[in-house]
Amino acid sequence: MSLGSVPLKYKISIDRDQCMKCMRCVDNCSYGVYRIEDDKIIIDSRKCTACHRCISMCPRDAIMLQERPVDYRSHPLWTTEAREDVINQARSGKIILSGMGNAVDYPIIFDRLVLDACQVTNPSIDPLREPMELRTYIGKKPEKLDFTMKDGDVELNTKLAPNLKLDTPIMIGHMSYGAISLNAQLSLAKAVAKTGTFMGTGEGGMHEAIYPYQDHSIVQIASGRFGVDIDYLERGAAIEIKVGQGAKPGIGGHLPGEKVCADVSCTRMIPLGSDAISPAPHHDIYSIEDLAQLVRSLKEATNWEKPVFVKIAAVHNVAAIAAGIARSSADAVVIDGFKGGTGAAPKVFRDNVGIPIEAAIAAVDQKLNDQGIRNEVSIIASGGLRNSADLAKSIALGADAVYIGTASLIALGCRVCGSCYRGLCPWGIATQRPELVERIDSDVGSENVANLIRGWTLELSELMGAAGLNSIESLRGNRERLRGYMLDEGLLDVLKIESVGA
Amino acid sequence: MCGIIGVIDRTMARMDGSSIKKALSLMDERGSGEGAGYVAYGIYPDYSDCYAIHVFFDNLLEPKTNVDRILQKWGRIVYQEEIPTYEQPNLKREHIPWRYFFKPYTDLMVGTTNPDDDNVKRLVMTINSTVEGALVFSSGINLGVFKASGWPEDVANFYRIEDYKGYIWLAHNRYPTNTSGWWGGAHPFNLLDWSVVHNGEITSYGTNRRYVESHGYQCTMSTDTEVVAYLFDLIGRRHGLPSDMVVEALAPPFWDEIDEMPEKQEEFMRALRLTYGPALMNGPFAIVIATKDGIVGFTDRIKLRPLVVGENDSKLYISSEEAAIRIMDPDVERIYMPRAGEPVIGRVTQ
Amino acid sequence: MEPVVIDAKGVHYTPLNKQIRAAIASGVKEIVLNNVLGQRFIGNGLRGDAKITINGVPGGDLGMFMSGPECEVFGDAEHAPGNTMDKGSLVIHGSAGDAVAHSMRGGKVFVEGNIGYRGGIHMKEYEGKRPILVVGGTSHAFLGEYMAGGLILVLGIGHEPAVQDRGIGSGIHGGEIVIRGDVSDRLLGVGAKKVEFTGEDLQRLTPVIKEFCGRFDIDPSPFLDTNYSRIIPASSRPFAGKYTWE
Repeated sequence: MSLGSVPLKYKISIDRDQCMKCMRCVDNCSYGVYRIEDDKIIIDSRKCTACHRCISMCPRDAIMLQERPVDYRSHPLWTTEAREDVINQARSGKIILSGMGNAVDYPIIFDRLVLDACQVTNPSIDPLREPMELRTYIGKKPEKLDFTMKDGDVELNTKLAPNLKLDTPIMIGHMSYGAISLNAQLSLAKAVAKTGTFMGTGEGGMHEAIYPYQDHSIVQIASGRFGVDIDYLERGAAIEIKVGQGAKPGIGGHLPGEKVCADVSCTRMIPLGSDAISPAPHHDIYSIEDLAQLVRSLKEATNWEKPVFVKIAAVHNVAAIAAGIARSSADAVVIDGFKGGTGAAPKVFRDNVGIPIEAAIAAVDQKLNDQGIRNEVSIIASGGLRNSADLAKSIALGADAVYIGTASLIALGCRVCGSCYRGLCPWGIATQRPELVERIDSDVGSENVANLIRGWTLELSELMGAAGLNSIESLRGNRERLRGYMLDEGLLDVLKIESVGA
Repeated sequence: MCGIIGVIDRTMARMDGSSIKKALSLMDERGSGEGAGYVAYGIYPDYSDCYAIHVFFDNLLEPKTNVDRILQKWGRIVYQEEIPTYEQPNLKREHIPWRYFFKPYTDLMVGTTNPDDDNVKRLVMTINSTVEGALVFSSGINLGVFKASGWPEDVANFYRIEDYKGYIWLAHNRYPTNTSGWWGGAHPFNLLDWSVVHNGEITSYGTNRRYVESHGYQCTMSTDTEVVAYLFDLIGRRHGLPSDMVVEALAPPFWDEIDEMPEKQEEFMRALRLTYGPALMNGPFAIVIATKDGIVGFTDRIKLRPLVVGENDSKLYISSEEAAIRIMDPDVERIYMPRAGEPVIGRVTQ
Repeated sequence: MEPVVIDAKGVHYTPLNKQIRAAIASGVKEIVLNNVLGQRFIGNGLRGDAKITINGVPGGDLGMFMSGPECEVFGDAEHAPGNTMDKGSLVIHGSAGDAVAHSMRGGKVFVEGNIGYRGGIHMKEYEGKRPILVVGGTSHAFLGEYMAGGLILVLGIGHEPAVQDRGIGSGIHGGEIVIRGDVSDRLLGVGAKKVEFTGEDLQRLTPVIKEFCGRFDIDPSPFLDTNYSRIIPASSRPFAGKYTWE
């Protein structure tokens, strides 16, 4: 028996009085929602992903979008989504693929943390008038200084390991060329160069067009080793080993063959049109000492001149794993929380595996602190940071800096429709189709992304000033400046913060 | 809030406590009558090879038995007595101040280059975090802290500090916010050879505290000032940085200033900031630290609290207010205000 | 130019590699390392066309990211020689550990003896670069797992059958695995399929066989007159049908 069709996810309608038939909606929709028949715009709402491209391009605001226009019988357990997933799998027998971050309604810990401000006993600092230091160095720090005094002169014996110098503790996380378009990646690269920070190349190698910004790039090496050769490693300002990703901890990824166009193929150094498969583990890392070997191997290959980061997904045992990483010669540990974005992940992983970044930062910071090595290695946090408050809270929980991903894509137009895996992104981001990629002008795009970083940086300065801090070092791990609002005791203990009012 | 004053005679000539009592009382306006204290170096010449351990006991039964037991396990009590005190009408006696002169067993600590200090440091942490009704508030050699809840002159008279003679004195008048005016919360804070008086608030306390805790210190006084003593002990004693360098670590120059420095100095300052980032102190503060070798005064990097320095021959004064210095020494020759974050150092000359 | 001889006895790999780099930077074309024992990362990321002779047992990741030189080892090699190698060759007069030629993208790895598990895992080819792994002895399980390009050839000298471990070519989506003699179907991994080995294939592989035998002083004739099994991907998109959209 046929299962029949499920109701529409989105219903598009056009206010025909407003519409002037400019056809921009028809031209802009890459999903084929609109077509023209007899001079009339016909709508196929079933194809809509709510990407808002048509709405944003309509000069008359004539397009309306309604989510879930058809109700199911409401039920607290058998939600619409639960029912539709069953129907989908009953039809296909396959794994459900999804895009963007975790879409389950878990409580967001960030929203239950509040920041502190000064009143009387210590003065607020006005960042407009007084120095405000956000400069952040990412990399290994010595435990203590070794120096000798000669005739009143200090001779420094400690040799500092290479560190990345960030003007603001916001970096852009790894989104590979292949997963996103070259123009999207170029926009991000230009933005970080403008704002004195860094971006990750992702695991897909480095396209020639990014070379001018290589000093602001962190090159990633993942289990697929795409595009990795000695030139690539030497180009990066730092190297990152990707072990896991917050959106899909414990599994690999693959770029479908249809996205492997000529340019992607040559950047990744794989054949045209073949799947680019990243296995779940690195096959030269089956244990922590193997990770240390890979870290040292990368350092050895680049003459110990590059910081090496290790990125892991935030999982239950994240603190102990991070402590192992800290001992591996790695310079920074990157933790990606379970709300992190992705172009494609099995829905069951995206929504169910891993832990929130807030708890992961606190646990890792605490573990490293307990072991007396916290300052010797940097912590970079990522996975669902939406604004400067999330940024400030991440740092107060113990991060040195953050990676943003989805936020930077929203700055390029992304409306989080979550259909990245289809390769048809009408905003020219998660696609390799030339006519769509062209929609991003990387000069304009980079200015938008740079503005976002600037805006957050200004807000962070204000938050710090209000808290009476003029240096980011004094916010880092400063749990005293956070309070938990309606958090349970167990979580307060993990976060090592007090409740509001305490 | 709070008033501080410190003095050193660089020739180690000893001064009695009468003049610092006057100076501190002059700054009564800065306090609230809920805490005052004094520390003096060189006051126990008869026991100059012993750690003078001052303890507040709630009673002399269980807490003291426990402390005796712990001390006797880790060393020898050479002499002990109740610290002489004199009832004051305006001062409520909340604890019994006691002092031990203690010699640790050197061979009991391993894995350290400074077994005696590390032994005593650990004992202080153990007693303060585990023995109910006992608080060690002074643990250095040939020095002693005297503090209580009350106005400066009452506290001074309670201990009759004019009976003690030291070559360094620090004093503090408290206006509490973080903790109520309990005796342990009064300044100076002391650990081993380090004593601290502090005016202001350490906004970076959370970060600083985590850093010292990660190196084996336990913050038990529920106030921000003790962390300064631990930072000096960690960076100064254990990591071997001289005092001026410790101050540079705690209140470093701004990055834009570091960027302008000559290459070698830039490299050193950058290394210092990177290494001791979590020790950087933020917020409004003026601090005077003492060790047996001298005193160091400094303020936060943007000078949110006052600090005045006076000099007269072998004497160096550091205070919140100039008047306090002048009442101690009407003949003071040179008075100046140090720059933000700049250490003012008075070292003994012999 | 005389070869530079370095006594590696007790030398840590970092100073050893620094010496090698310095020698190559000064124009040296031949380097001999004596008493090598466990030093990892030899030849890591090296460019150029120098020849490095290694007497002893080098540690893991020999020639990782290497792009050009040749390392000839008189001894066994440990974990992952030829890891992510780009160009050049490794010639090992002995056996090697697990993950030999992991993610290798170009050049040659010749192992006279046996290799461990996951040999040639994720080898890949690109444009003119086609990595070659030749094993004189046998291989353990998961040979050519996730292979995305290149050639793995196992001669199985002294082993009948040449390979008897499972999981050959699991997830293979490019390249080919050629094994002397017949390979039981039950040893093939998911996504791998066996196809007929033709005369044309033999002709194509003849130079490789000859070169390998030449390096180890082995008579090539028995290997030019025998049958092989050729294993290739069932599809270049092994996971294409695994998913449905949200």
